[in-house]
Amino acid sequence: MEKSASKQPPPTTTAEKYRNNFLREVEDNVEEGEWVKMCIQCGVCSGSCPLGSAWEHPPQELFMMIRAGQREQVLRSDSMWMCTSCYNCIVRCPRQLPITHIMHGLANYAHRLGIAPAQNPTRRFAKIFWDNIAHSGRVNELLLSIKLYFMNGFGEGIRMAYHMAGMGFAMFKTGRLDPFGLFMHKGIDNAKELQTMLTKAREIEDRRRGLGLGVAVKAD
Amino acid sequence: MTEPKLGAYICKGCGISERLNCDQLAQVASSEGKAAVVRQHPFLCSAAGVEMIRSDMAGQGINQVVIAACSRRAKTEAFAFDTVTTSRANLREGVIWIRPDHEDNQETTQEMAADYVRMACAEVQQMRQPGGNTETGVNKQILVVGGGISGLTAALESAAAGYHVLLVEKSAALGGWASKLYRSIPTREPYADPQDTGVELLIHRVQTDPQITVYLNSYCNRTSGAPGQFSIDISTESGATHTVNAGAIIQASGFTRYDASQLPELGYGQSPDIIDQAELERLASAAGTEGSIVRPSDQAEVKAVVFVQCAGQRSNQPGHLPYCSGFCCNAAIKQAMYFKDNNPSVDTVILYTDLRTPGNGEDFYRSAQRKGITFSKGKVTSVVPGKQGAEVFFDDLILDTQTSIQADLVVLATGQIANAGIDVEHVTSAEEPTDKTAISVLNLSYRQGPDVPQLKHGFADSHFICFPYETRRTGIYACGPVRRPMDMAQARIDATGAALKAIQAVENAVLGRAAHPRSGDLSFPSFRKEGCTQCKRCTVECPFGAIDEDENRYPLFNESRCRRCGTCMGACPVRVISFQNYSVDTVGQQIKHVEIPDEMDEKPRILILACENDAYPALDMAAHNRLSYSAWVRVIPVRCLGSVNTIWITDALNSGYDGIMLLGCKKGDNYQCHFVKGSEVAHDRMSKISDTLEQLQLEKERVAIHEVEITDIQRLPALINDYADVIEKIGMNPFKGF
Repeated sequence: MEKSASKQPPPTTTAEKYRNNFLREVEDNVEEGEWVKMCIQCGVCSGSCPLGSAWEHPPQELFMMIRAGQREQVLRSDSMWMCTSCYNCIVRCPRQLPITHIMHGLANYAHRLGIAPAQNPTRRFAKIFWDNIAHSGRVNELLLSIKLYFMNGFGEGIRMAYHMAGMGFAMFKTGRLDPFGLFMHKGIDNAKELQTMLTKAREIEDRRRGLGLGVAVKAD
Repeated sequence: MTEPKLGAYICKGCGISERLNCDQLAQVASSEGKAAVVRQHPFLCSAAGVEMIRSDMAGQGINQVVIAACSRRAKTEAFAFDTVTTSRANLREGVIWIRPDHEDNQETTQEMAADYVRMACAEVQQMRQPGGNTETGVNKQILVVGGGISGLTAALESAAAGYHVLLVEKSAALGGWASKLYRSIPTREPYADPQDTGVELLIHRVQTDPQITVYLNSYCNRTSGAPGQFSIDISTESGATHTVNAGAIIQASGFTRYDASQLPELGYGQSPDIIDQAELERLASAAGTEGSIVRPSDQAEVKAVVFVQCAGQRSNQPGHLPYCSGFCCNAAIKQAMYFKDNNPSVDTVILYTDLRTPGNGEDFYRSAQRKGITFSKGKVTSVVPGKQGAEVFFDDLILDTQTSIQADLVVLATGQIANAGIDVEHVTSAEEPTDKTAISVLNLSYRQGPDVPQLKHGFADSHFICFPYETRRTGIYACGPVRRPMDMAQARIDATGAALKAIQAVENAVLGRAAHPRSGDLSFPSFRKEGCTQCKRCTVECPFGAIDEDENRYPLFNESRCRRCGTCMGACPVRVISFQNYSVDTVGQQIKHVEIPDEMDEKPRILILACENDAYPALDMAAHNRLSYSAWVRVIPVRCLGSVNTIWITDALNSGYDGIMLLGCKKGDNYQCHFVKGSEVAHDRMSKISDTLEQLQLEKERVAIHEVEITDIQRLPALINDYADVIEKIGMNPFKGF
């Protein structure tokens, strides 16, 4: 599952191109990254975040670190992975920064570079979810749940499954859970075409990133 | 002089007749108030009501009018009678609106109203119709000192209003600091880019205006006189002097930039690549629109520039400026754009602790962020010069780290220091001798010193918010950075305001009327020379330097400089100073005409002397909100607490009042006193009243003094009621009935 090894060093060409200017790198490569320079450091986003205390670096601080050129600390941080997309910060930002989107943009960029924290649960779940939905065009819920339970090893998976057994049985009784769906999952009508579309989209995105990055980043 | 004939007019409107027995009040006015004519009217401020009064004035020869209706602050236009003296008994805001409508209160409320009628009748009999100051000057020219943005604007605005202007500039050219700038902070939509300063156009307009006479290389060698009649000796550098006359003076002497060599920790003076904002303007002008700004050490193009905000400002360190100069954040943004607009790849970092962008600076700030100027919240600890450029060490206040940044050029944002001349209130001491370097701007020949007094941090002002431009020298108005630190856009607005003030001053002066805050007042102080003991308290305590001494050491009043606060009247120990319509007697007789009930009645009487500027309006507003306070109080408005003469206190205590409350404006550093020092001198005088109380063997609580604000609408009634409780606790004044 974890194909992009986190030990792999980040592409040095990137750092060279931008000298020490990490801000410019973010502007070119991170979704909504051009907004980072507009932050006025008021701290309303950090104060508004319901998970703020769980972040090592709240959004305001991340923006400052980007401007201060702290590339490694930002991209290897698990802070932006804490974002739950509640949109509180976007609503409140006096400069209208799309903070939620920037957080996801940063996480995505770190992931693409292969330097995102490997064991971050958000990242791992996101990957499970993506593989699941991209396969057939529709989420196989049972498979998703099982993969989530067993994400942290076999023993914990069994414990988790046992713990949730009652709910699973109840769902089965009310017709909310089809045990055969695990093997006979019905995807969208023409999943092949979806695969083609996704491949094409990736090509376009890679090309765009290639222009920005100077190197084609191998996305997992 | 015609026989005085008093007419008392009682209004029955606004619920007065429902709450009060107006017939009894009419009885009081005629028998005790000695009113020749007493009339009641259901709607006195109506055209019919006013007409009734006017016909009595014409037909019956009424020349003293008592209006027993609403507060003296209400219906001023209806009851403005120019030819007779008028007094107001405040039955509405002073009685019925502040007393709960209940049977039990009926008696005390009626007593209150009757006392106010007695007081008004007593007051009006002591008043004389003010005739206006006859010692007026007629000169309407306006002298502007300083030829920078402020001075040029003030000159143009005054000239546009039709006044001849004399503009005195110390240097050889007009334009001041503005002419040394490459570009200015934008003043127009979209507030995105530096714009032309526009100073050349201003200079051109001034030079071609037939109403403006410019004196270059000149200064005010001697300034004497008063509004409408200033006389100024203008000297040139060569020593030639000639005398001009003016009606008012606008002081636009601007600022001097802070000496950055006092900041060795920021490396100033140790490297040519560490400069202040003014020096960067010079570099930018040299580079012009085509070239790039080069660093002074080796003339190489600047690739990285760091702006250090609050350099020697907003700091309590000795030698630093404690205040924010207000213009420097916007100026740093503007200067960073000089680099970015020329070459976007130049690294521009602004290190700030609090970014303050007044005016439309927020849009300018946003534009700077779009252009890629980096803003870092950090406190610079030191700047270490290198062979070329310098390293700036700072505490990153967001990331909480100590870090540094390398720059080709470091620009320090130093502040403005007012060119306010000599600090006339500075008390010379061994540790702090007078500033020998200070040069007088106006060279006033006043006994109070050669320049206008300074408010805070050396700026010439009286009150930042309530009365800007006013100085404590009547007819002299300060504008621009001499008044408070500011940028060019603000200086232009400021100069326009000061021009308006100067115009008001000359127009009032010509008519013999007072300037702010009693603008238009025709009364003025006079003194009885025979009684004067030459104690000089009036000359010392006058907040406006309006009183000089004549050759026989008697006070010499400059009526045109006087603001009519009456602080001299309050100061005078022998009570020889008075105004025609406001004197020791107009208030003293009101105090004496309140009916003091017998000790056995258990009805205390509390005298309130309330400043008419803030305390009295606050009481009125409490009444509008139908808040209630004790029925024992009798309120007398005074022009300023500074006009309270201690004789009123001793007389009141001798005649049986149980307590006296003095309500004045806030004093001290953040004063709100409209006459600047009035409240302060009143507090000072009252601190000495305890001796008098001791002599009379009275409790010290019998006299209380409070600072109140105009917004103390809730607090004031509570204050009064608490005081009434205190008086009930300590008991009745033993002097009752003597």
